[in-house]
Amino acid sequence: MPGSRYAADAPHLLRKVELDGLTALFHLPSGTTHILAPPAPEILAVLGEGPADADTLLDALRSRYALVEQEGERSALLARLAELEAAGLVQRA
Amino acid sequence: MRHAIALRIGPASFRVGSSWRGPIEALAKLYDGYPAPDRASAFTVRLEPERPWRRWLRPSVAVGGDYVLPGASPLALEHGLLAAEMGMNLQMALGQRRHLLLHASTVERDGRALLMTGHSGAGKSTLAAILGERGWRLMGDEFALLDLGSGRLHPFPRAISLKNGAIALLETIVPQDRFGPMLEGTPKGTLRHLRPHAEAIARMNETAEPAMILFPRFGADLPAGVRPVGPAEAFVRLTQSSTNYVDLGEPAFVALTGLVRSVPACAIDYGDTETAIGLVGDLWRGRTS
Repeated sequence: MPGSRYAADAPHLLRKVELDGLTALFHLPSGTTHILAPPAPEILAVLGEGPADADTLLDALRSRYALVEQEGERSALLARLAELEAAGLVQRA
Repeated sequence: MRHAIALRIGPASFRVGSSWRGPIEALAKLYDGYPAPDRASAFTVRLEPERPWRRWLRPSVAVGGDYVLPGASPLALEHGLLAAEMGMNLQMALGQRRHLLLHASTVERDGRALLMTGHSGAGKSTLAAILGERGWRLMGDEFALLDLGSGRLHPFPRAISLKNGAIALLETIVPQDRFGPMLEGTPKGTLRHLRPHAEAIARMNETAEPAMILFPRFGADLPAGVRPVGPAEAFVRLTQSSTNYVDLGEPAFVALTGLVRSVPACAIDYGDTETAIGLVGDLWRGRTS
């Protein structure tokens, strides 16, 4: 059974400012402000280009940000996606 | 309204009307030397009896105006000056659109501004009041107004609201004619308003560039200490101290992230006011060295 697909708003709907290793993000559609730690901004950047399932997203993050494969990273990614979904920054496609 | 006064404080003008003479007379004395509004638009504050018959019998003052807080408790008539001040603060907090409002005190030196913000009781008003008598220009003790376009701070030098122990401290260094009446037994404890130094009033149109942010914390048993605060923490704390950040949306985000990226921030702990004044002086000199 294929996994859930996730989507995020396009980059022009987000304002991002780096603040000492964290990212302050203003989400224009909702008018809400968020403080994000890695890898949340990177997840939003990839999903902003188009919906993806968790495995595709993980591959994209690995190749784009030179992440080393680690045990448990898929479940960590699902946890981050759940947090971003709860914050209203990621939706199920 | 039977009794009224109009005055301008920095970029904001107020028309305060009252069913009683007392609060308006007290305001006129406290704000002696302030300019009249220079344009037609002004925030309106109304001090009215809670019920018509309560203008005479156990008079209690309800605060009305352009913006009101539903369910706010009326105050006793002898606290009418506090009601007027609360009404003016409320109009600023809810009605201000040109500036990002930060619940902070601000003082200025050589065109550069020091912002101090913290929880109630942190001492930001007291520290600003004392610095305003010691060579700094007081820009405001309650609200810092960050211009959304230029990123500069606009003065809002309303009367300083001194609470409890701070009253006796300032009474030793400021002439009596600049104080309002002692307001005892208010919901905030004992209060006394202080008209800022004449320079603060004369220069209420002069903006300043933000140069440092301090988060003071007072505790009688607190050892003195200084801790740098990173831009992310400063940003979160300042959004929490703003009354209109959410309403202003993206321009507020841009202005506030710009502020915390360009200006250093520190948290200071202190157990007595002179220690705090010393820490502020050290940090300010360190910033410019």
